[in-house]
Amino acid sequence: MSLILRVFVAAMLLVSIAACTGNNMPVGVTPISKETYGLHMMIFWVCCAIGAAVFAVMFYSMFMHRKSKGAKPADFHESTLVEIIWTAVPLVILIAVAIPAAKTLIAMEDTSDAEVTIKVTGYQWKWQYEYLDSGISFFSTLDAEHNVARQVGSGVDVSKFDNYLKEVDNPLVLPVGKKIRFLHTSADVIHSWWVPDFAVKKDAIPGFINENWAFIEEEGTYRGKCTELCGRDHGFMPVVVEAVSAEKYDAWVAENSPAKITIADSGAAAGAAVTATADADDDREWQMDELMATGEKVYNQACASCHQVDGKGLAGAFPAIAGSAIATGDHDAHINIVYAGKPGSAMAAFAAQLSNTEIASVLTYQRNAFGNNVGDTIQPSAIKALR
Amino acid sequence: MSTAAAGHHEHDHDDHGPAKGWTRWLFTTNHKDIGTLYLWFSLVMFFIGGGMALIIRAELFQPGLQLVDPLFFNSMTTMHALVMIFGVVMPAFVGLANWMIPMMIGGPDMALPRLNNWSFWIMPFAFTLLLSTLFMEGGGPAGGWTLYAPLSLQGPDSFAFVIFAIHFMGISSVMGSINIVATIFNMRAPGMTLMQMPLFVWTWLITAYLLIAVIPVLAGAVTMLLTDRFFGTSFFNAAGGGDPVMYQHIFWFFGHPEVYILILPAFGIISSIIPTFARKPLFGYASMVYATGSIAFLSFIVWAHHMFTVGMPLAGEMFFMFATMMISVPTGVKVFNWIATMWRGSMTFETPMLFAIGFLVMFTIGGLSGLMLAITPADIQYHDTYFVVAHFHYVLVPGAIYSIMAATYYWLPKWTGNMYDEKWGKIHFWVSTVFLNVLFFPMHFVGLAGMPRRIPDYSMQFADWNAVATIGAFGFGFSQLIFVWVVLKCVKGGEKATDEVWEGAEGLEWTVPSPAPYHTFEKPPAQFS
Amino acid sequence: MSSPSSYYIPHEAKWPIVGSVALFTFFYGFGTLLNGGTWFVMAAGAALLVFMMVGWFGEVISESENGAYSAQVDVSFRMSMMWFIFSEVMFFAAFFGALFYARTFSGPWLSGAGEGGAAATNAVLWSGFDYVWPNNGPEKLGGAYKEMSWLGLPLINTILLLTSGVTCTIAHHAIQAGDRAKMVRWLLATCLLGFLFVGLQAFEYYEAYAHLNLKMTTGIYGSTFFMLTGFHGFHVCMGAIILLIVMFRGTRKHFSATNHFAFEAAAWYWHFVDVVWLGLFIFVYIL
Ligand code: HEA
Ligand code: HEA
Ligand code: HEC
Ligand code: CUA
Ligand SMILES: [Cu+2]
Repeated sequence: MSLILRVFVAAMLLVSIAACTGNNMPVGVTPISKETYGLHMMIFWVCCAIGAAVFAVMFYSMFMHRKSKGAKPADFHESTLVEIIWTAVPLVILIAVAIPAAKTLIAMEDTSDAEVTIKVTGYQWKWQYEYLDSGISFFSTLDAEHNVARQVGSGVDVSKFDNYLKEVDNPLVLPVGKKIRFLHTSADVIHSWWVPDFAVKKDAIPGFINENWAFIEEEGTYRGKCTELCGRDHGFMPVVVEAVSAEKYDAWVAENSPAKITIADSGAAAGAAVTATADADDDREWQMDELMATGEKVYNQACASCHQVDGKGLAGAFPAIAGSAIATGDHDAHINIVYAGKPGSAMAAFAAQLSNTEIASVLTYQRNAFGNNVGDTIQPSAIKALR
Repeated sequence: MSTAAAGHHEHDHDDHGPAKGWTRWLFTTNHKDIGTLYLWFSLVMFFIGGGMALIIRAELFQPGLQLVDPLFFNSMTTMHALVMIFGVVMPAFVGLANWMIPMMIGGPDMALPRLNNWSFWIMPFAFTLLLSTLFMEGGGPAGGWTLYAPLSLQGPDSFAFVIFAIHFMGISSVMGSINIVATIFNMRAPGMTLMQMPLFVWTWLITAYLLIAVIPVLAGAVTMLLTDRFFGTSFFNAAGGGDPVMYQHIFWFFGHPEVYILILPAFGIISSIIPTFARKPLFGYASMVYATGSIAFLSFIVWAHHMFTVGMPLAGEMFFMFATMMISVPTGVKVFNWIATMWRGSMTFETPMLFAIGFLVMFTIGGLSGLMLAITPADIQYHDTYFVVAHFHYVLVPGAIYSIMAATYYWLPKWTGNMYDEKWGKIHFWVSTVFLNVLFFPMHFVGLAGMPRRIPDYSMQFADWNAVATIGAFGFGFSQLIFVWVVLKCVKGGEKATDEVWEGAEGLEWTVPSPAPYHTFEKPPAQFS
Repeated sequence: MSSPSSYYIPHEAKWPIVGSVALFTFFYGFGTLLNGGTWFVMAAGAALLVFMMVGWFGEVISESENGAYSAQVDVSFRMSMMWFIFSEVMFFAAFFGALFYARTFSGPWLSGAGEGGAAATNAVLWSGFDYVWPNNGPEKLGGAYKEMSWLGLPLINTILLLTSGVTCTIAHHAIQAGDRAKMVRWLLATCLLGFLFVGLQAFEYYEAYAHLNLKMTTGIYGSTFFMLTGFHGFHVCMGAIILLIVMFRGTRKHFSATNHFAFEAAAWYWHFVDVVWLGLFIFVYIL
């Protein structure tokens, strides 16, 4: 008995320690996340209490009513009264829990009177953020260094990163103290946008928009993940939110709107000046090496997750670019599959995701890397002509 | 119908033992043979599905990708679940039903012996089809066992074969269930009323109904996936007026009852074992039956608790939250009845009882975390994290799997005529139980701290507990070799078992010799008429 | 309950393994076909499946005719047939569920009706989409089409099937009265009505594809329309073939006033198919 007791106490201690050191749900920084945390702890303690009561009776019986202690079996096997009691008591407990849960739920669903609206679109495997009020729009992808480190056999010691797999090129910038409404949708498969500190988790369903909201109370950087399996790199599409004061937010908006922040400029953190690729640049004639340099960057960021860094693809799932008939064939087909995508497959349309220069350079890169020695270039002007 | 012919058949099989040679197993119509086949099949599958789990755990041992491509990782997750659910737990329960139901109700065999053979022999073929997809170009299915559209529609060539494998297994399940229903209604010893049936029979009766009702719905759901992919329909495509979430509704209308399919027969097993070792009749037989019925009924109206984040109308979320919470009530009744059965009994703790108690404790833990998941606002934080993974492994592994092991230890002497090795049985229990908790308990922590499920790589903060879980996984996995060894040893020989085997055992199966003869109850037992 | 000791248990069952191999071949072949391979393997599987069924049922029929089956065995058969039909009902329920879901939820949501994100869904993604039933979605997949009117062929088909239910029942009464010849006559009528139904259905499909531009690819309307009517039509075919076999058995002097389970099973199945059609007629065609 005492041994079991000691083990039990030790286990409880371990659990408590574990619970205190970052192994529990975060309290978060929104009214909803705090309510949710409260609900979570309440139901947790209710469950602990039920468990403790049930196991106490059970273990008591196991120690006292064992044959080796000479226990003689009783022969009762029915009692309507106790049956009613142990149906009714749990019912009452449940009702008591259901009421606050319902209240929080109702509050969660109330997206009215928002001051800022952000459209969040999931892509395989990145997020697009569109500030509907100010026209700012950009993509947010796993940080390039992390992306290199996380490849199978990369040889990088990932423990050197502070926020391994939780760093992006362009974080979402949000103001504190304002009700922010999110519109969630997806361009391909279902994703789910989750920031634990906001208790915001909503599926991004292609063809539909789901609403959600947050009211952030503290400045800071908040990190989350895509939580709905969305294919090969589901584990590698983090969410990073910079919550800043209303003044800083306004300044940031003023500085950036209505620009598009693009991959080629990635690394530009929030608050820093972000300059979009100037449209004028599209009209000049680009040199092969310029295109190749930008192209490699874009390729590794936007395409390598499927077609692989070495261009070999994954047999059966993602075709190889090395030696591909399309990537070594005539320009139109090559441009088209990247510009317009291939409906029904994982190959998305990149027209809206990449700038003209980016598309042109990645195409040029594909034609001249991985042993594809076509030798020609595709110019940004050719892409511009399609728009 | 000529009476002469009928008279002839009356004695036909009295003097028949098993056929000779390997075709005995191929052509058999004997419920015990078929039960044995199911059980071996399920054991083999357990190691295959477990092997996949070990690949998952090995990759998750450390942050960073060391071993497998993420796509292969996803396909391991998917296959692991499909194999464990459809290839391990369900066939094991059907195997136990085959062995025990005719004996428990005093019937000569299953109602449809030929169909019974087919139900089994579909399984190896269906799983060959399913597992073969791993070797196809592009790999096996990698969209999770739930096969959510539109992700699953992106699948490689193996997609069609996965769908057909599911249809294939479904045929087996439906036929098997129909057989069980017919057996229970039509083959009982004369005079045995429904309320005299052992609870294992009752729980299986209700499970069989769940299966007949929901497996065809799964078939319908995956058929729509198939046509969306190959025939241009737009069930799950908004551009054509459909909805990806519609798939989820149809899937979970199957999926939630399915998880009770994986636990109700376990309840039946536990209800047989605890009274035996407490030497006291089951407390609240009637309420056990009603509770099982209520759970089954409720299981049809809670499915959307898997979908609290998809954006349902508020009223829907409320309804599904309340309905889900309600399931705790009949389940609680069961737990309390078991404890009341132990109360003031005269307990001994042989291996089956140890597993039954392990079930009781850890299933309750899993059930309570299920209750936490039912609280919608909280579930929005828990959903698709390792907290959910912890929940369902607690109800599935020390739940369903432990019940199957308990049943095996409990009835093995009846099947083989030999006692298993009690010492090693106990060692198996303790080693498994320790590792199991090392394996699954930490998942609660990483889940709450924010680790999503179905990811091959994770942030540093989750590293420690994942390493611990992986150690637990290998420990738990390899301790199952003890189980195999104990079973094999017992099949080969050992101390002869008595007919009753257990001191406190009650029920018709303990009135026949050990090992149970090839044909039992050709003359129905008399005590009910 | 009769005494189980007379319960017939075959010693060996050779057909099931043939059935498993057949199904495996069929499914494997179907998968290959869908991936752009040959149809040959699938056809071989289907042929083997038919061979298995002929053999298996043949064995059961001869056992039955030899009087191997007691009344208790008969009950087992009845129960299995009943619950098998129930499982079929649930199979159709999945497709009806899809239809109702598309009509009550996804369609209105796409057009902006409903709480949560519905308004934004319409405004941001599909502006200009107004929900009506039938529809082929906001992107008008498959292009302009005409809906299938319930007047005309579908109405005729409804009458045909309902009539066949009556003829089937007349045949049932006939065999219950021991009049086998009459049973065969009325069964023949039932089968003819059944095959006529299938023929007309095929013609309706032709019309839909050739003149209405109503196809599987016509958005959600085409999807639900063809999925429901298609699986139903397939079941009518099976039912009619089963009835045909029962009829031939009748001409071979099988069945008596008390022993005609196969007939009843076929008749149940036929009524089930009938009822599903009524559901279809109302929810797919009229409403
Ligand atoms: C054997 C299988 C099994 C069983 C029995 C259960 C039982 C329960 N499950 Fe679980 N569940 C799964 C298998 C199972 N589940 C699986 C596989 C998934 C994940 C699927 C996937 O996404 O891949 C899942 C996921 C899942 C979710 C979705 C989580 C998410 O994805 O966000 C939810 C949410 O409500 C849930 C709830 C419950 C509840 C309330 C019960 C209840 O039935 C539990 C009832 C039991 C008790 C409560 C304990 C005993 C009772 C007492 C001691 C009495 C006193 C109690 C009270 C007063 C309350 N389960
Ligand atoms: C009955 C069902 C069942 C069972 C028994 C198990 C058993 C186990 N499961 Fe799980 N699991 C599921 C059902 C089940 N599981 C489901 C439904 C999912 C969700 C899938 C999804 O998200 O789509 C899941 C997902 C899942 C995950 C999450 C994956 C992810 O989200 O990416 C993990 C991770 O640790 C895991 C681990 C394990 C482990 C370690 C075991 C252990 O208990 C296994 C024990 C191990 C053995 C028995 C191995 C024995 C092998 C040897 C001794 C080596 C020798 C090998 C050979 C001879 C071949 N399972
Ligand atoms: C989400 C995965 C994914 C990403 C990211 C992706 N592709 Fe693709 N790509 C595919 C798939 C799948 C196909 C095959 C489509 C088909 O034919 O069905 C494909 C096909 C192609 C082809 C044609 C290859 C051939 O021989 O058929 C080219 C060229 C191509 N992609 C270029 C790109 C470029 C450039 C990028 C990045 C800007 C990119 N892809 C990003 C998945 C992806
Ligand atoms: Cu996007 Cu997971
Ligand atoms: Cu559920």
